[in-house]
Amino acid sequence: MIEISKFIVGYLVLQGAILSLIAAIGVIRLPDVYTRNHAASKSATLGVISILLGLFLHYLLIDHIANSRVLLGIIFVFITAPVAGHLISRAAYNTGVPLWNKSVQDDLAKVRSKQKSR
Amino acid sequence: MAFQILLNVFLAFIWMFLSNDYSSLAFCKGYFFGFIIIFALRRFFDHRFYFLNIVAIIRLLGIFLIELIKSNISVLKVILSPKLEPRPGIFALETDLEKDWEITILSNLITLTPGTLVLEVSEDNKTLYIHAMDIDDVEQAKLDIKNTFEEAIKEVSR
Repeated sequence: MIEISKFIVGYLVLQGAILSLIAAIGVIRLPDVYTRNHAASKSATLGVISILLGLFLHYLLIDHIANSRVLLGIIFVFITAPVAGHLISRAAYNTGVPLWNKSVQDDLAKVRSKQKSR
Repeated sequence: MAFQILLNVFLAFIWMFLSNDYSSLAFCKGYFFGFIIIFALRRFFDHRFYFLNIVAIIRLLGIFLIELIKSNISVLKVILSPKLEPRPGIFALETDLEKDWEITILSNLITLTPGTLVLEVSEDNKTLYIHAMDIDDVEQAKLDIKNTFEEAIKEVSR
């Protein structure tokens, strides 16, 4: 039982670390603010959540302590990360950071130019 | 829905007073019997039986988790593919949802969906502007959002 739970904990922590690493690679490789935000707000969220879940299970299964603060941390990260991603990209758009030059479509720009001309 | 839950807790307290047993077990028993009573009297309430709303909330949570995992896999594919050729773009999406909290949950869900990120909500709460990683899948993404997410959120607020 202890061996199986150690295996699960190890898997979760490793998965979280790898996802965070890939998010970091994505932030370097992707071309503009918005696509970088995709990588940062998604992969980093699941990465942090799986590391915290591994920590929680480690304490629960091996030391038999249920640490509810870790669970609260998971919930807070889960709720706030997408909002943070949304706010950063919205602020970037409103201050006029350009899209990548290979971007295909921009419906918001039409609306914005209409609002200015009015 | 909140009224029915409050009524159920109230019935559980009445059960505790009736049986003169102030333990959590007595509370659970009373809650269970109150649950049955509210189910039997469900046609006298304005809203539907509250257990259905709770099931809908749990389903919405499940959708959240599944979408988070799927979106991570799709971001992984884009980042780790040797030729970096996403076709990003911004598209508009009309939504039927009206209340503020519904739109907040919808935009959180969209942000956690594979390849989409909410940029802006229009001032009349009718249109969401969404940045997509790959504009080719937009029609599919629109259908997904319409059929699964909006329906699930409506199911909660009904």
